[in-house]
Amino acid sequence: MAAVGPTRRDFVGMLLGAAGGAAAAGAAGGAACGGAGAPRIPPGVLVETGARRGHAALRDLAAGGAGGAGGAGAVAPGRWRAHRVVIVGAGIAGLGAAWELRRRGIADVVVLELDDVFGGTARGGESPVTRYPWGAHYIVAPQRNQPHLIALLEELGAIERYLPDGTPIAAEELRCRELEERVFYRGRWYEGLYLEAGASAEDLRQHAAFKREIARWATFRDEAGRRAFALPVSQASELPELRALDGLSFGAWLDARGLTSERLRWLCDYSCRDDYALTAADTSAWAGLFYFASRRSGFGSTYQSVLTWPDGNGALVRHLAAGARIETGVAVTRVGEDGTIHALGPDGPFGVRAERVVVAVPGFVADRLVPGRPALPDDHGAWAVANVHLRARPREVRGAPPAWDSVFRDSPSLGYVCATHQRGRDRGPTVWTWFYPFTGPGPEARRQVAGASYEDWAEVVLADLSRAHRDIREHVERMEIAFWGHGMIRPRPGAMFHPARAARVLPRGRIHFAHTDLSGIALFEEALDHGVRAAREIAEALA
Amino acid sequence: MSSEAQPPAAPAARPIPAGALYVNVFIVATCGLIYELLAGTLGSYLLGDSVTQFSLVIGLYLSAMGIGAWLSRRLVKHLARLFIEIEIGVALVGGLSAPVLFIAFGGTASFQVVLLGFVVAIGTLVGLEIPLIMRILEGTVSFKDLVSRVLTFDYVGALAASVMFPLLFVPQLGLVRTSLLMGTLNAAVALWGTWLLGDRLGRAKLGVRARAALVLVGMIVAVGFADRFTTWAEDSMYSDPVVYTETSPYQRLLVTRGRAGFNLFLNGNLQFASADEYRYHESLVHPAMVAADAPPRRVLILGGGDGLALREVLAHPSVEHVTLVDLDPAMTRLAERFPPLAELSRHALADRRVRVVNEDAMIWLEEHAETWDVMIVDFPDPNTYALAKLYTKLFYTRAKARLAPGGAMAVQATSPLFARRAYWCVIETMRAAGLAVHPYQVAVPSFGVWGYALARRAPFDPPTRVPSVALRYLNEAALAAMFQMPADMTPVPVEINQLDNQVLVRYYEREWRRWQQ
Repeated sequence: MAAVGPTRRDFVGMLLGAAGGAAAAGAAGGAACGGAGAPRIPPGVLVETGARRGHAALRDLAAGGAGGAGGAGAVAPGRWRAHRVVIVGAGIAGLGAAWELRRRGIADVVVLELDDVFGGTARGGESPVTRYPWGAHYIVAPQRNQPHLIALLEELGAIERYLPDGTPIAAEELRCRELEERVFYRGRWYEGLYLEAGASAEDLRQHAAFKREIARWATFRDEAGRRAFALPVSQASELPELRALDGLSFGAWLDARGLTSERLRWLCDYSCRDDYALTAADTSAWAGLFYFASRRSGFGSTYQSVLTWPDGNGALVRHLAAGARIETGVAVTRVGEDGTIHALGPDGPFGVRAERVVVAVPGFVADRLVPGRPALPDDHGAWAVANVHLRARPREVRGAPPAWDSVFRDSPSLGYVCATHQRGRDRGPTVWTWFYPFTGPGPEARRQVAGASYEDWAEVVLADLSRAHRDIREHVERMEIAFWGHGMIRPRPGAMFHPARAARVLPRGRIHFAHTDLSGIALFEEALDHGVRAAREIAEALA
Repeated sequence: MSSEAQPPAAPAARPIPAGALYVNVFIVATCGLIYELLAGTLGSYLLGDSVTQFSLVIGLYLSAMGIGAWLSRRLVKHLARLFIEIEIGVALVGGLSAPVLFIAFGGTASFQVVLLGFVVAIGTLVGLEIPLIMRILEGTVSFKDLVSRVLTFDYVGALAASVMFPLLFVPQLGLVRTSLLMGTLNAAVALWGTWLLGDRLGRAKLGVRARAALVLVGMIVAVGFADRFTTWAEDSMYSDPVVYTETSPYQRLLVTRGRAGFNLFLNGNLQFASADEYRYHESLVHPAMVAADAPPRRVLILGGGDGLALREVLAHPSVEHVTLVDLDPAMTRLAERFPPLAELSRHALADRRVRVVNEDAMIWLEEHAETWDVMIVDFPDPNTYALAKLYTKLFYTRAKARLAPGGAMAVQATSPLFARRAYWCVIETMRAAGLAVHPYQVAVPSFGVWGYALARRAPFDPPTRVPSVALRYLNEAALAAMFQMPADMTPVPVEINQLDNQVLVRYYEREWRRWQQ
């Protein structure tokens, strides 16, 4: 028992609740009683996501250090370079901008990335067994109003054909394979996320009423033919009555319609936690409805297919990055409206003079690099992600068979996705990617996990997985765990359509802005849309 | 039997309980004969030729009993103790005989020797016991009564064994559990004997009792491990005795042996019955072999780890190379090494033209760009998502890409009668992948009416001639009839089976459930 002191059990209990903490304690006790000594924690690492370097650069900046404000003098004369376009940030927005500039024939584009790895929260990893995601792991199959995404998928050979109305049909091998989702509840797996087993007539009535409401919004078109909830958000209707939904919480919207069924509310909560790291009560009603309605093309149509790759959106990152010039490990500390950039690279401070700059970083970072933009009360949610490398699959309990996405109904985690599901490798070694959103205030989450060791985190992951897989510990080869302290922007009520948001999209001098934060929600489609828009602005400016 | 050499008996504190010892004789005789029947059954299941096996086992067993009886004269001291020790020996050797033989079958080349060795050992030990017990009981009753009673219980025990073995033990418990149960019984009798004959054991009493108890506990524990071979449910579920089981990471493999021959089950579903598999495999393989433009040289078999489709493919002299891709190494190993299966496939998996790959066919097809003159697709029925992915448009698209321009492909497609929608879903899914498809069907008694698909890259006419290889079922009349679909199997409207909808699993389950209830 010595290896799992009260501290670790408290950490597990804090993240998983009392039941999860008990699971960890039980596992520890069982191992001790069995004479095996400490519970087996497989080897592994906490993965650095660039936060440390970012924070260091910030402190440096505050101290007026090498790359500091007004530090043009701090960059040695020989350390200035010139490029036509510099993109700050190699997430989807930055890589999307680079991709679009390349397609437009604009050369001499450099992408500077703080982290050692590009792709932001869409990055993927690779093991001898399979590629696997580190964050975003699917996109919704494109509709015909998404030409950039369609062009990107065309380049990947991922469009099978087009319907007569121009709707693209994505390649079968990318359309998420059945079984897509399953939920674990009281010792058994159930297909899908909505738990129909044991639902009362009232539960089912409310679920049907909710689906009707979603279908109604999916078919809605304003006078300009715009959808109520479109992906990307820039294509959605701007009718005031729709925008007013943003001022309301999704929970309040559901309450107002008498949609109080626990099963339905769990589904809504799960969806908000999954996409926004918020509970339904803290999510904007617009965002909550958007989650469901934007995935349908019209009334009666089922949800659009989800497209996925073994490494999730890492496959898209690899394609966008191919042919881009990316310099990693570079902390940009200042971007001037005249196109001068101060940066701290592996070899020390340097400067770049660019004709145009794309600042493709989260809003709170952009505000440090480019002071003076209209402020927003934005809030970023924290996430933990664990990649669990398995030698073999744990034993399956009763109910639905293995799925792409497996969810524990009684857990604050989001469950896990299986990296080899889409390719059809159903046996043997694989990687499971486990997700945990911190739905509370970001600073609180970051304080909670400060100082947590790999072992502390590993115990949380294993305790959570052991809800459905009691023998999980026997099969884990190693784990890699990452904590995204500012993982994604959160659409709290009133945030998405805050008046300042539109102003933040506008270029300032030679600086253009691109990031999913500019949409107020974190989605691949939004990031790509902003990246392509910024590239178009630059192409027009340079023409 | 001479008794002059018997030492002066320890002063008997109480008379020997003769009645209880007759029960002992009965149990010893019953268990002994059951071990003999087990050995005969195992020999005929695993090696075939039941006449030879049973003759050898019975003859050797009886003669070994004679050896035991002959040896008994050399035992002069401590008769009571020896009787119990021998009983413990029977419990150990007999009780473990079936599990050890099952293990030995997989691991040794000279299985017959091991089998007969067990028979001789058990026969010798049992042969020692009857003379010993007669000598122990000598003096308690008149000699004529003693002979009469001991032999009566001996022969009645044999009758009990021969009735219970086929009617109760094999169908309800299976071979392994029966063997261990008999061992348990023998050990219990030995333990009981340490009380019955306690006065005659002297100082050895506690040691003998401890050994008997140890073996008894060991046997009971072993019963618990018997599920490694077969589960209780399996032993009573199959109408024929289970002769081989193995649980691989992928599936449960189980072979039963009945009067009509062998049956192979995967996860409880019949894969073939040796009695009529030729109908299934000739129909699966030969239409594709003759539908290809030229005599096929390179053939790909996906699934079909039992080697039977392979046997039909190899009958064609034009074939130079066959790759067989089956997920489960346990399946291909069983087919190659389990003599009845190996003989049934004419040792096809060992043919030098054959390369066996143990990999998921979906992934193998994606990773290997070679093309094939003929492809034989023989997967288990699509009753799970994991299997039904091998029936998707994506799978057939990949297969088509690997099919030579003039090549042909045959696909097992479940029953068009029992699962009509599922069958037509396979056909239409293949068409959606751009293949030209002819549906066809054949009656396989152990399965029912079975359906296939014959496909090429471009439209073609179904074959009308049969190949000039040895055939038992196919002739030109049968071939022509196969491509006619009777009225209750004609097309029904279906959706296309794709990775993200997997409608086939739902069709299949809904339709088969009707027939299985």
